Parts: sequence; structure tokens; C-alpha cells
Amino acid sequence: MYSFDLSEEQRLLVETVHRYATRSLRQAARQAEESSQAPADVLQSAWALGLLPATLPEEYGGFGEHSLLNGALYVEELAYGDAGLTLEILAPNLVAIPLLLAGSEAQKQHYLPLFAGEEMPKMAAAMLEPVILFDHRKLHTTARRQGDHYVLNGSKAMVIHAADAEWFLVYAHDEEAGSTQAFLVPADSAGLQVGDRNLWMGFNALQNHTLHLHDVQVGVAQRLGGEAGMDVTNVLNSSRIAVAAMGVGIARAAYEYARDYAKERVAFGEPIASRQSIAFMLAEMAIEIDATRLMVWEAAWKLDQGRDATHEAYLVARYAADMALKVADGAVQVLGGHGYIREHPVELWLRNARGLFTLVGAVMV
Amino acid sequence: MPIEFEIPESVKNQSNLTEMVAEQVIRKVSRYFDEHEHERPWEYINFIWPFIQQMEAANLKRSLEVKKNGHGKASGNGQKKQSTFQVRMIHMIENLSWGDAGIYLCTPSSALAGAAIQAVGTPDQKERFLDRFTHGKPKWGAMAMTEPQAGSDTSNIQTTARLDPETNEWVLNGEKIFVTNGSLASRESEGILVIWATLDRSLGRAGMRPFVVEAGTPGMTVTKLEEKLGIRASDTAAIVFQDCRIPYDNILGSPELKKPGARTEKGFKGAMKTFDSSRPWVAASAMGIARAAFEFTRDTLAAQGITIPVDAAYHELSAIQRDLLDMETQLKAGWLLTVRSAALMDAGQPNSLEASMAKVKSGQVVTRITQKCVELLGPLGYSRELLVEKWMRDAKINDIYEGTGQINTLIVARRILGYTRKELK
Ligand SMILES: Cc1cc2nc3c(=O)[nH]c(=O)nc-3n(C[C@H](O)[C@H](O)[C@H](O)COP(=O)(O)OP(=O)(O)OC[C@H]3O[C@@H](n4cnc5c(N)ncnc54)[C@H](O)[C@@H]3O)c2cc1C
Repeated sequence: MYSFDLSEEQRLLVETVHRYATRSLRQAARQAEESSQAPADVLQSAWALGLLPATLPEEYGGFGEHSLLNGALYVEELAYGDAGLTLEILAPNLVAIPLLLAGSEAQKQHYLPLFAGEEMPKMAAAMLEPVILFDHRKLHTTARRQGDHYVLNGSKAMVIHAADAEWFLVYAHDEEAGSTQAFLVPADSAGLQVGDRNLWMGFNALQNHTLHLHDVQVGVAQRLGGEAGMDVTNVLNSSRIAVAAMGVGIARAAYEYARDYAKERVAFGEPIASRQSIAFMLAEMAIEIDATRLMVWEAAWKLDQGRDATHEAYLVARYAADMALKVADGAVQVLGGHGYIREHPVELWLRNARGLFTLVGAVMV
Repeated sequence: MPIEFEIPESVKNQSNLTEMVAEQVIRKVSRYFDEHEHERPWEYINFIWPFIQQMEAANLKRSLEVKKNGHGKASGNGQKKQSTFQVRMIHMIENLSWGDAGIYLCTPSSALAGAAIQAVGTPDQKERFLDRFTHGKPKWGAMAMTEPQAGSDTSNIQTTARLDPETNEWVLNGEKIFVTNGSLASRESEGILVIWATLDRSLGRAGMRPFVVEAGTPGMTVTKLEEKLGIRASDTAAIVFQDCRIPYDNILGSPELKKPGARTEKGFKGAMKTFDSSRPWVAASAMGIARAAFEFTRDTLAAQGITIPVDAAYHELSAIQRDLLDMETQLKAGWLLTVRSAALMDAGQPNSLEASMAKVKSGQVVTRITQKCVELLGPLGYSRELLVEKWMRDAKINDIYEGTGQINTLIVARRILGYTRKELK
């Protein structure tokens, strides 16, 4: 049967996160961006929502199950509040979800309970590299097998929470397996060095750094995949859904802001929204947002059913990227010169929409 | 019901059948009927008719039952079995249009006339006008709103309906154009037409009502069969009404007139509900054409070694691969909006906004995809040896009828802004 209604639980989830996103994230976003500092209390209250533990099974300290659809629902709401802070909030997921999906039983038993505590765990994922033409299948960071350990070499970019991480999940090209592999590396490993803070067009509050690995030794037991490499498909699909849902969230924020503004702003004696060239832009935005959300839901639903939806997840991540950028750009346009001024959030959303897919999206599309 | 994208079992079975019909009965005559504009695809019509009768019968029965049991708000406690009519319709239409959109439009059924009667007709009217679609020879229903001077601006229709108090009959006068299946419904079968006319021109929309005219009614004459860019298999007729008399009970909705702008323009608004079901149908037809063009192009290119990667890095894709991925995604976007608009209607929930969204998007998608396919296939795409050029011609109508792309965008815009017709023209 086709149905587009949220279950009672999902409605509650969406309402809760929406409230948090509008009351906390949206309020904190501008100040965070301008001061390049995410407020600790806001992040702590996000952690207190328990979103990540709710996707982890009980045996690993959580109280729920992994559902991409639920993930898509709450991620859209978070990004509706602010995409930059959302990345900060979701940073632990970038380690926990790969562990859950690709880790060994022993690794899950050992590490996953760390994600169910009172404090946000100090864990950072390192996938992206400071290169153009990035491809997760052909990483420049290498892992060379030497007996019972690997030697890692290379540089990583946009490692969120690198500065105070205790563990890193480092993705590297396993030369022996000829594919991508991920390693849990302690922060105090010799040869591992946190580099400069990365500065971008947007996401200025995001604590993210370059990470350098110079002959870093890590035991075989710290490897997520098996001898033949790690199956990154599920991990990537999970990220694709999340990033596409973020795109929907950013777009919806921009669209609603522009819509409300257009009804208030008077030019030539009428609200600008009563002109077709503005009204039609807004209608197109609404249509595109709905279409993208439906694609996100469908792909997530299929994956939750255990079906193969890699291609769908890939397609929607791309589509959401274009859509979010177009909608955010349209929102700036609807506000005219005022949209260009940092008093309004739309210029920030335009920067964030671009950054989301340049940085995060590059990883999976 | 929680979020779900599963095609219902019953729809799946039916879908297999219509896929088969599209492939084996429709496709092979597609070119022929494109080149023989006013001929009728009887083989298809006779083949599909028994199946349509069943659908019509089931839908009629259900709507009469729903009426008896209170007002169709069936979703509430989950007691009543939810309708799957609209979802079945869009799957069927999508499949048939994949075969050929013009021939699909020749499907004998109550079609838009049925939708109007279902939307506002009394149980008695449903019996009287729709029962004929459940037995006998193939029949067609048609809906005539458009006039030479009134297309998008439906409030400007000039066809009049006057009550003759002596005979208690309505007398229709005026000219309708672009009536899909107008000839089939009015003179080639025992069909019905829903004709929009005004009881009082000074009242604008508030004065307009739909009337049912049965085939063969004196005073109704087909004056022209149009020749078109595409969907040439489809019958598009001009019909003139000259003192055409119909029984009093053939008016749909209340004959009582309200002042314009009065809180309810019920007669008109009620019947505008027709569009809530017909727009998803048009959207589905658009998606069928788009899928036909996409699949053909994809397979042709695949034979040349150009395939669609599952999830390759973007910079490794060729321009053609990017085009294919874009088309594939657009197809999905249009289809999901269409599915949503139909499923909402089946669930008894409002869907006007969603229906217009689906219509806008799929009209754009089919136009873009078919034009792109012609481009990608080069001379093959442009050649009348293949069907791709035809799909491009067929596609365009979906952005025009049942409200143009702009008109449906306008509807979406009004709804999201909370604006009236006056506030957003
Ligand atoms: C093959 C075919 C089959 C058809 N079948 C039927 C049928 O079965 N029954 C029926 O009643 N009609 C039918 N139609 C008519 C169809 O619905 C109309 O052609 C359509 O609604 C557009 O009206 P128009 O052609 O008069 O264009 P116009 O209304 O003259 O529009 C011309 C252009 O102006 C734009 N426009 C108009 N008003 C606005 C506005 N306010 N804002 C922005 N843009 C605007 C339109 O979008 C369009 O691009 C059919 C038409 C065709 C071609």
C-alpha cells in the first residue's frame, strides 16, 4: 500500500526535533557562524535528545533500532534549524553507524556503548581528503599491511571534532585488498597529527580540522572490514540519505522564509508574492522540496526493508544537492538586496547548501 | 498507515496485465494510428473494454455503498476497506501511455465525465449515467469545458443553460472545442458528455454548472475533428449546441444560485473536484510517455556500451551518463508526486494541492525527457522510423490540458500563499 502518514512515534520524533531545531538551533545559528563557535550548551541539549542511542540496539547500550527513514525525518528537521550545527550534532553518527553496519561483533560490543552515555563521545570520522576529484573508492590515504598491523599515510580534510577526539575512524586505501578500509585509530598514536582548522565559505562554527597521518601504526583488530576490504555500501547509503534529508531541510527553511517575506514585502503597492514571477518561484520550490522528500523517503524505506536501493540513494543525494542550492539561491533572490545582507538567514543557507554537497556530498555522489 | 511505498497486490496484478496490453496490443499499432489520424484503434478498444467494465462496476458499487454509509470519510477507524481506485488508475494509465498515449486516450470509459459525476452526482445520477459503462458495447464519457474564447479562463464560458419552465428541461446553447472523445461519446457510442454551461453570465463562476448530455441528444452536433501535433489517435472534437434539450435532473449539483463571492460557490467548487482525480491521471499519462522514451534511449545507448552506473563518482561520468541519471531522477520525482496525489484521494484526504504539484512536475518532466531523448539519439531520435520523435510530440499535451503548467503552478502558488484568485492573478 502507498501511504505517506507518519506513525505516532514518528510524529512525536519529528515534533520534538522540530521544536529543538527552531528554538535552539535556529536561534543559535547566526551567532555561532559569526563567532566561529558552536555553543556547547546547544550541542549538549541536542545530545540529550538521544537521537543516536535511539538508532542503536539494546545489546550495544542503545534503546532502538537503525532506521534510515526515522533518520531522514529527524535530520530534515535539524537541518531546517541549521545545517552547520546539524553537522556538528551528527558527527558521532559518522563513527557509530559505520561501526554498527561494518564493525565486528567485538568492535561493536566494545565501542558502541560509548555512544550511549550522557556526554557526546569524543570520536571523529576522517573520510574526505583535501583534493579535487575526490573518490571514496580511490582514496589517497594509504594503508599498507605489515604483519599484524597496518601503516597509514596521508591527509584528511574536514575532520569534525578532530581537535579533542580520542578516537579517529580513518578511511584509507587498503593496498593489499585493493579497496577502501576503515580503521579505528587512537588519537595519541605516533605520527598522527591534527592540523589546521579548516575554514570554508559556510559552516564557520564547525570544529573541523585537517588530519595528517605519517606512518601511523594500527593493529589489524582495529580494522572495520575483513581481509577483502570493508563493504562501504551501507555506510554510504546511510550518509546519502542523511545528506539528502539535510538538503530538504535547508531548502524548506529557505523556502518558508522567502514565502513569508514575500507576503509581507510590498512593492508597487502590492505584496511581491502577488506577482506571478515571485509566486511561481515559490510554487516551484514547494514542488521540488516535496518531490525530493518523497525520493528520500522511498530510498530510506527500501533500505530499511533490506532491499537494494543504492542507486536510488545515490540519485536522490545528487538531486537534493541541486535542489537545495537552487531553492536557497531563489530565496536570496526573493529577498532582493535584503537577502544579501547578513541580517537575514537566507545568505547563510545559500552558503550552507553549497557546502553541504561540496564537502559532505562529495563523499558519496 | 505508516509511510510505505509498496505497490498494493491487487494493483500489481492489474499492472502486469496492462503492461502486457501496452506491449502487445498498443505498441505495435502506435505508428499506424499516428499516421491515420481519425481512425479508431478498435482492436485495442475491444480488448480493453471487458476489463474497463469491471473497474467501472467496482467503482460504481463502492461509491454507492460509501454514500449509503455516510460520506466517504472511510479512513478514520480503519474499519472500512480503503479504496485503491485512484492508485490503480494511475498505474494503469502510466502503463497504457507507455504503450501509446493517444491510444490510451481512446480507452472506452466514463473518464472525465465519470469523475465529475462521481464528484458531485447524486446516487440516482450515478446509476443513471454510469451504469452503462458496466455492460454492453464500448462507450465513452467526455467533458467539455473549453470554448473558443475560454480556455484557462474557465469563468468566461458563454454556453448557456436556460430552464424551460413548461417542459422542465434545460436548454443548452453554445460551442465547445477540444473535447477529448467528443465524437466517440456523442455520436459513435451510447456515451455521455459533461457540459459546462452558465445559468447566469453576470454571476461568473458562481453561475456555472455541469450538465450531463447523453449521446444522440438532438441539438448537439460535432462540427470539427482537430488535427494535432501529437496524440493523433485521440479524438478531439468541436461540438455545437443549438437548443439542445436535456431533462431537469441532468444538472450536476444544486441549481440554486449564490451571489459571486458568497461564502459558498458550491456548485462550481464541488465539480472542480473532478480535477483532483483527473490531474493525477494526466500526470500518470505523462510519466508513461516519459518512461517509454527514457527506457528506449537507455537501452539503445546500452547497446552502444553507454550504461548507467550504479553510484560512480560524478567526475567520472560522461555528459550522456549525467543526462541519463538526470532523466532517471526526474522520472522518479514526477512519479512519486503522482502516486502521492492519487493515494491521498483514495485515503479520503484532500489532494488538490498535491494533484496540481504532480501535474506541474510531470508535465515538465515528460517535456524535458522526451526532448532530451530525441537529442541523444541524433538522427534516430528525429526519425519517424522510431517512436521517439512521436513521444516528444505526444508529451507536450500533458503540459497543456487539465490546466496548463502555468495554471497549475498558479494553483499551487495560491494554496501555499493562502491567496485567493483576486490576490494572485
Ligand atoms: C488535445 C487537447 C485535448 C483537450 N481536451 C479537453 C477536454 O476534454 N475538455 C476540455 O474542456 N478541454 C480540453 N482541452 C482544452 C485545454 O484544457 C485548454 O486548451 C487549456 O486549458 C488551455 O486553454 P487555451 O488553449 O485556451 O489557452 P489560453 O488559456 O489562451 O492560454 C494561453 C497561454 O497563456 C497562459 N495563461 C493563461 N492564463 C494565465 C494566467 N492567469 N497566468 C499565467 N499564464 C496564463 C497559459 O498557461 C498558456 O500558456 C483540450 C486541449 C487539447 C489541445
